[in-house]
Amino acid sequence: MSGTHTPLHAVHVAAGATFTDFAGYDMPVRYSSDLEEHHSVRTAAGIFDLSHMAEIDVSGPQAAQFLDYALSNRLSAMEMLQAKYSLLLSPSGGVVDDLIVYRFGAEHFLIVANASNREVAFSELLARSADFDVEVRDDSDAWALIAVQGPISREVMMASSITPDSPLEDLRYYRFITGEFQGQPIAIARTGYTGEDGYEVFVPAAHASEVWADLEAVGMPLGLVRCGLACRDTLRLEAGMPLYGHELGLDHSPAQAGLARAVDHTKDDFVGAGMTPVGPTSSRVLVGLVGEGKRAPRAGYAVLSSEGEPIGEVTSGALSPTLGYPVAMAYIDSDHATPRHSLLVDVRGSHLSVSVQELPFYSRKKVA
Amino acid sequence: MSAVPENLSYTAEHEWLLIDGDVATVGITQFAADALGDIVYVALPSVGDSIKPGAVVGEVESTKSVGEIFAPTAGEVLEANQVVVDAPDTVNADPYGNGWLIKIRFSELPELLDATAYQALIQE
Repeated sequence: MSGTHTPLHAVHVAAGATFTDFAGYDMPVRYSSDLEEHHSVRTAAGIFDLSHMAEIDVSGPQAAQFLDYALSNRLSAMEMLQAKYSLLLSPSGGVVDDLIVYRFGAEHFLIVANASNREVAFSELLARSADFDVEVRDDSDAWALIAVQGPISREVMMASSITPDSPLEDLRYYRFITGEFQGQPIAIARTGYTGEDGYEVFVPAAHASEVWADLEAVGMPLGLVRCGLACRDTLRLEAGMPLYGHELGLDHSPAQAGLARAVDHTKDDFVGAGMTPVGPTSSRVLVGLVGEGKRAPRAGYAVLSSEGEPIGEVTSGALSPTLGYPVAMAYIDSDHATPRHSLLVDVRGSHLSVSVQELPFYSRKKVA
Repeated sequence: MSAVPENLSYTAEHEWLLIDGDVATVGITQFAADALGDIVYVALPSVGDSIKPGAVVGEVESTKSVGEIFAPTAGEVLEANQVVVDAPDTVNADPYGNGWLIKIRFSELPELLDATAYQALIQE
């Protein structure tokens, strides 16, 4: 198996990572133990290579108006150096991709899209830009993205040679700042996908390994641990964060996925406005499920009513490393979607008792 | 790369067998354990169960995925290792030792891979 390599591939090989194919990229699935990596992010900090993710650069006099039309929320209202979670909707109201939009300037935005959706997100954005004075460019190969996530992530960042243009202490959640590393321009965002406080650092691809090495050198003595995609998945699941292809897709609306807040219906016109995908699962909503014991509901397993009637399907599930019991997300018929409602999951032929629980399963103590 | 013990026989489903007379001790290989990641749940057949070759007789579950345990031979389950049920991570830590899964009394053995052939399989 040999997929595309991120600029940090040689670093992962040297660190003894186990690799997996993810969206055509050879990505570290773990370095040592999924569970240890998971716990390190909850209790100290983890460092992740996210360079497989797509970066799409949008600039021009009508960049903000274009994004208001092309995406689900009102990006023109963003402040400079703000980050915003957004959705790329299909004309029928399904989700083509979920994204984070970073506003670098009045007429300049950077969109981070899922690696698996790089082509479709870029081509959709390009197609939707036809009537706007804007340039849409796939800049994915120019950027490496390194995440440092966990309660001591700020300490790690401040010990590093990364020099932010303004104090890191003042950087709020879903904001970012520019800076430099040994003369190279970088950006530091207080965003993440783990349910912990943390940062995502945009680095020119050619300098990724120097930034990674610096963060490791200062971070590891503090408790920083290299983390692969396996723990990233259990971390985001505990935090109730959706994953494209599991909780998000063309056949479910943002409202069904619990993401109505990411759609601004007060806008004049945008792709997907007022539409809801029609299909056999259009009455289903995304819920959390919790079980007992050690067996976990997994993606694709049927959810049944207590009478054994099929009412939905699991989208993600695992034995929660932090909580010690099985947790899952599932689309189920809305009349069963009340908290503490008892249901069953068909786990390879046997029925596991679960109950509906509000998401997230885990939330950290909020910090400033 | 994990070492493949010379004294064991292997299946293409990444199980190992230690043959002693008409009893086979069965486990999963280091390669399989590494691929699964941290194992958090093991289900084994009951002692006395009669098993058919290729049938799913148990499962090994990690935080990331589920692996099935296939019966490598026909026979009767003589022992199931309670150690791995109580402490599933034993399978990761010592897959060829304390992390064994079941012992089977068999009547005849299917064709198995030797260490060299199994090593070649996992290097593909």
